Amino acid sequence: MTKDEIKKTIIDEIYEVAPEHEGETIPEKDNLQESLEIDSYDFLNLLTALAEKLGVEVPEDDYGKVDTLEHMVEYFAEHMKK
Amino acid sequence: MSIYKMPSLGADMESGVLAEWKVKEGDKVKKGDIIADIETSKGVIEAEVYEGGTVEKIVGKEGVEYPVGTPLAVIRTEGESEEEIEKEISQIESEKPAKQSEKSEAEVAEKEHPATGEKKPQAVETHHVRATPLAKKRAKELGVDLEKLAQTVKGKISEKDVEEAAKKAKVPSFDKMRMAIAAAMSKSNAEIPHYYLSTPINMTPALEWLKSLNEQRSIKDRILPAAVMIRAVVMALQEVPELNGFWKDGGPVVSDVINPGIAIAMRKGGLVTPAIIDAHKMSLDETMKSLHDLIGRTRSGKLRSSEITQQTVTITNLGDLGVEKVFGVIYPPQVAIVGFGRIMDMPWVEGDAIAIRKVVQATLAGDHRATDGRTGGFFLAKLDKILQNPEKLL
Repeated sequence: MTKDEIKKTIIDEIYEVAPEHEGETIPEKDNLQESLEIDSYDFLNLLTALAEKLGVEVPEDDYGKVDTLEHMVEYFAEHMKK
Repeated sequence: MSIYKMPSLGADMESGVLAEWKVKEGDKVKKGDIIADIETSKGVIEAEVYEGGTVEKIVGKEGVEYPVGTPLAVIRTEGESEEEIEKEISQIESEKPAKQSEKSEAEVAEKEHPATGEKKPQAVETHHVRATPLAKKRAKELGVDLEKLAQTVKGKISEKDVEEAAKKAKVPSFDKMRMAIAAAMSKSNAEIPHYYLSTPINMTPALEWLKSLNEQRSIKDRILPAAVMIRAVVMALQEVPELNGFWKDGGPVVSDVINPGIAIAMRKGGLVTPAIIDAHKMSLDETMKSLHDLIGRTRSGKLRSSEITQQTVTITNLGDLGVEKVFGVIYPPQVAIVGFGRIMDMPWVEGDAIAIRKVVQATLAGDHRATDGRTGGFFLAKLDKILQNPEKLL
């Protein structure tokens, strides 16, 4: 999967978890939880959905590495290789 | 025999729209089964039946707004004779509903067109509506009343007319929720003498324990700190039951079940506090599962009537918004609301050293008619103690 495909998957799942943002441009470098006003429950739902789609489970210790869209794409690209 | 009436889904509810029947005549129902979807200011609620039996007769019509208490269906309990049923049904059909629905339509019309004195809507069946088949289909999907729409649209109603009407209709439903919150909170502040307590709790032991627990689990079984806090509140309430109950008829009533209402923000504004029913019977895992289920259904608009009427206490957690502490407003007739702020890194004294610890401000707003600060203090102390021994939360 290319980074662009990963990004598209992530954005699609964001739209699922937070439907009020559907169709909006998701900022690359802003903190996702803050800029989308999603709570820890939504965030866990997002990571759960991505684990299913991409096969990578983000441990709680790595939450800091998936705080923005850009970081999240990097993180999944990196871990999907392994 | 019992008569299923438009239920009161909260003290502030005056009427509700019977959105959809979930049963048909002849169906057997048992207590707690979902009988209908009812649209209220809190969204679409799955209404449960209070008494089991056979659905003998359905009187209420889908899409019609009925005042609380209007008979909607007749449910026959076992061992009743045909004559008794016949008699009851004919009574409901002949006198009561005709009178009430007239009154209700007049009332509803009054509310919808208060200043203009517009002609009130005619009874549903008598109108002939001209609409395209697609418009009819969309109207059903979006819950748009074609009768009402026909009064403002010239000529045949198109799909576009329906979609625009649906968009407009969303605004008042938010306003309705705002008004319901306004009514409950005004009543609370006018009638309930609140007292407020706050205590910092060291969350490091609980969070470290939770972390090691979550490390061994797959992502879909992970437990959120919010579930840990809810479980801890429930356990503390078991030891200080006076805070779990109501102020009713001029006196305190302790509830024998613990149904904490969880304050959940709606995506488009407003909030609801649906209950985790029988939380005292749940393990930590079950509490998390219920919380997950409850938040999901709150935001998709699929709550059950028991969940929005049987809260015995409220828990509000504004931690995700970065708030340090929250002093809640009690939802009457409850007598307490427990609040949690953000979990923050704070200096914490341990023995004769200072360490950095994860600290949360736990607060309690209590009804001073029902309990005193001493009771509230006991509760917060218990809550603290429970959170220092997290393995007991399982």
